[in-house]
Amino acid sequence: MTSETAIAPESGGKERKVRLNMHDDRLHFLIITIGPVLATLVIASLILLAMGVSPLDYYGYIFQRGVMSPSGVQATLTRMGPLLLIAASLIVCFRAGIWNLGGDAQFILGAVFVAAAGPELVDALPAWLMLLLCLAIGAAAGAVWSLVPAFLRAYQGINEIITTMMMTFLGGSLANVLVKLVFLDPETTVPQTRTLAVPDRLPRLFDTTVSSGVLLGLAAVLIVHFTMNRTAFGLRLRIVGANAKAAVHAGLPVATLTVIVFSISAGLAGLAGAVSVLGQNGNVRADWNPAYTLTIVPLVFLARFNGFATIAFVFLFSVLSIGSESAARRLGVPNYFTLVTMATLLILMAVAEMIDQRRSKGKAV
Amino acid sequence: MAGTSAAATALDQDGPLVSLKNVTKRFPGIVANDRISIDFWPGEVHVLLGENGAGKSTLVSMLTGFQQPSEGEIEVAGVPQDLSSPQRALDLGIGAVYQHSMLAPTLTLAENVSLGRPWWQKPDRRGIADEMRKTANSVGITIRPEALTSALSLGERQQAEIVRALMRGSRFLILDEATAMLTPKDAEKLGNLMRLIAQDGRGVVFITHKLNEAVAYGDRISVLRLGKKVGGLPPEQLRAMDKTEAHDEIVRLMFGTRTTGSEATENTPPPQHKLDETEKPILEILALEVDDEATPVSGIELKIRPGEVVGIAGIDGNGQVQLAEALAGQRPVRNGRIYLDGVSIEDKSIGGRRNLGLSYVTDDRLGEGIVGAFPVSLNLLLKQIGDAPFWKHGLEQPAEIARNATEKVAAFDIRTPGIGTPAGKLSGGNIQKLLLARELGEKTRAVIFAKPTYGLDLQNIAASRNRIREAADARKAVLLISTELDELLELSDRIAVMSQGRIVGIVDNNETARQRVGELMSGVGE
Repeated sequence: MTSETAIAPESGGKERKVRLNMHDDRLHFLIITIGPVLATLVIASLILLAMGVSPLDYYGYIFQRGVMSPSGVQATLTRMGPLLLIAASLIVCFRAGIWNLGGDAQFILGAVFVAAAGPELVDALPAWLMLLLCLAIGAAAGAVWSLVPAFLRAYQGINEIITTMMMTFLGGSLANVLVKLVFLDPETTVPQTRTLAVPDRLPRLFDTTVSSGVLLGLAAVLIVHFTMNRTAFGLRLRIVGANAKAAVHAGLPVATLTVIVFSISAGLAGLAGAVSVLGQNGNVRADWNPAYTLTIVPLVFLARFNGFATIAFVFLFSVLSIGSESAARRLGVPNYFTLVTMATLLILMAVAEMIDQRRSKGKAV
Repeated sequence: MAGTSAAATALDQDGPLVSLKNVTKRFPGIVANDRISIDFWPGEVHVLLGENGAGKSTLVSMLTGFQQPSEGEIEVAGVPQDLSSPQRALDLGIGAVYQHSMLAPTLTLAENVSLGRPWWQKPDRRGIADEMRKTANSVGITIRPEALTSALSLGERQQAEIVRALMRGSRFLILDEATAMLTPKDAEKLGNLMRLIAQDGRGVVFITHKLNEAVAYGDRISVLRLGKKVGGLPPEQLRAMDKTEAHDEIVRLMFGTRTTGSEATENTPPPQHKLDETEKPILEILALEVDDEATPVSGIELKIRPGEVVGIAGIDGNGQVQLAEALAGQRPVRNGRIYLDGVSIEDKSIGGRRNLGLSYVTDDRLGEGIVGAFPVSLNLLLKQIGDAPFWKHGLEQPAEIARNATEKVAAFDIRTPGIGTPAGKLSGGNIQKLLLARELGEKTRAVIFAKPTYGLDLQNIAASRNRIREAADARKAVLLISTELDELLELSDRIAVMSQGRIVGIVDNNETARQRVGELMSGVGE
């Protein structure tokens, strides 16, 4: 413990110090949050210049498309739905100390089963019940796909990073096989499932094209945030994540909690797949795999598993990716330049954090 | 070989091989070695004895260059040397073999020996193997340098380590509890080996807890207690004594006696709890067996009455942890019964036992006692998550949690900047107070204390011991596991001694307890 944190009754000097610190802290906070963003813009601009594109045009266009134009904003918000659900899925498992990196397969299997079930159920059930049932099917499909890694981790202590990634390969292939052989729409030549008609999908918000999936995503992140921080259940999960030995000592059923965490996390990933189909695509094509999970992992980490920060990061990512899809068509900059921008930003933020930690350590000594 | 020539010249003289001159080592809040002077002579097996925490390990780590003395000097062959690094100690011919093998299990013995040589040289496996065989033969043992380390027994690995040390030119060999994990037969082999090595004009320091071994293989004995050298037996004296006399004398030195009145043995008299012999015990353990790879526990029989403190003495690693964890429910019970207030609890969960009034103050405070990153307030409730009034319908009640924390912090004098401070930032003593505050509630009927003062400073030791007394005064049943005999003598009504997973004897805490427990701990009369 440093002497600074000790409870010493020397008030006058200390108060001033605190005020100074607060001023310092605010400046500091600005530097480590805004700094990386500015540096990223500079670096990405240099790359664009090297490609012979004006950075001002490019970013101006993205900004206009992603934030200023109504259709762009609508697309951005719609895309946020599945991304937020995946973020919620990752927050749950990471805070419980479990690395569920199998989100891609859990997502795609959720999507495939929903795409298969939706058109079948739509005539038999009222719309709201069909949608609810489909969401449940998506979540269940994702959760089932995590059971093998869950039990291996809970009862055999086998590292879940490897098993969930292996299950991703299997799950991706299974989804493809299902689309091409089992759930194939006989009326099209392209291998894909039957398509859910637009009126039968998740309701749109007001008079826009924004799917209500984004509300599901926002709700999921907020509920997860609240549960982890404010409930006994969340606290138990956090203890397992922070110190598994202490969890055993305190009498928590660590194995059972591990399986529960896997189920929730994978269920949310499957739900993301369901929302993708019900809100956006209406069907699943063969070989479709947006591979959102690994993109969201660093976002969640940079947000430090905080729900609100996660929402902000996911919004930023959506703006960039929607904007750049149009920019690609207009300016000839490849679509994946978004990933270059995002990756640069993530690395620079991590570097800023490292410098920051080193600084505060230097201060403490 | 690199160190050989230096070592040979450095140690080629008549005086002691290595001398400690008034060596003191201080750590924050504790003096581990207090002005220790010992001469280690060539041709001798010099036995170092002492309880856990007597300062043996610190002494060894200074001799092997892992730590440096705060004061005093270490002379090697009459020349003051600065043993600034393990490499320096090796170069001066000081080698060490420990309780656990330091060989890489996936390599052969010869490959292990080749480690530590310059990386750009291709190891000459055959040459090294021949040299190993030769060195081994010179001390009368045979080893197979091509054997994979993991395929060998611990005894064989330690022989190989000794050969490695000799190949490096070590003229001064420290065997730090090297026999502790060995089978009796392997231990005997190692004992004979160290005698052979010493006869060659080398010096051997042998650290052990077993008196039989000390007397059988040692030429000279030095005893440490509480960081000080409290006495010893020179070769003439040791040879003149028969086995029993030697044992008695050593036990007297190691554990002190009340009659001599030397400092640190003057204790408060044993507790005078009013114990009613006819009263029903709170905690009753019958024929308990616990599985464990290293130290299985069996045949534990104990009864603890209200207000009684039963101490468990023994060298670390003789099944105390396994016993405590089995009682608390962290480890399955293989066989036997545990009754708490007449209810059999051996099949109950950790939480179930706690609800019936069983508390466990763990000695692994940072590892399992607390979640270091969590605030003090939550760590105080780690074992009551979800319980009213701190949670209602699963929802946190911050006001109640804070109230509880503020109360406990005040009642147990936990020194923390705030109840929101991460518990891992507190000092060891305050973390212990936090655990005590969590475990000693009104509902508690029986408490297991595992090494409750281990690693604490004097003030916190006193505070912890007071809590143990209070628990007994409040008519709780107390099981006190400790490696410090003085602590057990100060607090216990009876003292059970554990050795290799069994209780080898239970002693009433009276005038003869010190001697009796010391004898049981050191394996006299086995």
